[in-house]
Amino acid sequence: MADDDGHDFYVDRTGILLFASALAETNPIYWDERYARTTPLGGVIAPPTFAISSAHWNPDYGLRGIRRIPASRPRPPAPEGARREGGSGGGSLARVLHGEQRFEYHAPLRPGMKLRVTTRPGKTWSKEGKRGGTLRFSESVSEYRDENGALVVTATSVGVLTEKAVEQ
Amino acid sequence: MNAKLAFEDLKLEETREAVVVESLTRTQIVQYAAGSGDFNPIHHDETFATKAAGYPSVFAHGMLTMGLTGRLLTDWLGDGVLRSFGVRFVRQVWPGDSLKATGRVTRLEPGAGEGLVEIELVTSNQKGEPVVTGSATAVLPRRG
Repeated sequence: MADDDGHDFYVDRTGILLFASALAETNPIYWDERYARTTPLGGVIAPPTFAISSAHWNPDYGLRGIRRIPASRPRPPAPEGARREGGSGGGSLARVLHGEQRFEYHAPLRPGMKLRVTTRPGKTWSKEGKRGGTLRFSESVSEYRDENGALVVTATSVGVLTEKAVEQ
Repeated sequence: MNAKLAFEDLKLEETREAVVVESLTRTQIVQYAAGSGDFNPIHHDETFATKAAGYPSVFAHGMLTMGLTGRLLTDWLGDGVLRSFGVRFVRQVWPGDSLKATGRVTRLEPGAGEGLVEIELVTSNQKGEPVVTGSATAVLPRRG
């Protein structure tokens, strides 16, 4: 598992609480264990888009702010022109937008799960945008597997690289 | 939160809508950055967003809008029933925006003991412009 070029993702109640709070969730299934036990799910689960927060555990994630942990392996240097005063972040960050996101669910994410996340590149294409010049699209596909190797979630993300600020 | 919704409760072309945020605050965007781990400064650093990137202000993570749209689905269909959820981010969401998510039942496929539901999704801002479009599928129990 360690040489699959992926990373671990530990699902825990605090992470779920912070994520659900940011969505202004009012559903107690995301934090109230006593309530959650009375439901068919039998316990707290994570909201449907929570898998995206595995970024916290991804040592190669480029948008982590000043976080230096986890640092299970050295991070590749930021691409030229992507450096910014004070460290991470940078000019190219302004040009990369999130175009599409898709999740396929096999089981809900639950506190206590230790998932292994592996990501592979998908399709790439480009088109002429009306507002952002040439748009370059690239897909990445992440599989989240449990400790038995069973697929829990597949997340497909499409990034868009724009030539200039896209005002819509 | 409606854990008791059954497949039979839904009708083809039935719609459901929900206001998922009223006058989005920068604070909520920052909370989402911390919750998700996405600290792209374009979402929280006004100087970076305007001077370096050329946008009128910071704007929300697409995933924040997707997460808010997900609330429509789970509040309507119930918890742990989604099989897929996908969106396109078609327009940015700015501080001060109010968003309404709308779902429409586009497919009902009864099976043994459960049924598959497909929902078409549009989330729009206060001007009625779509910010997110997409679809979701869920499996609901049959009644009886």
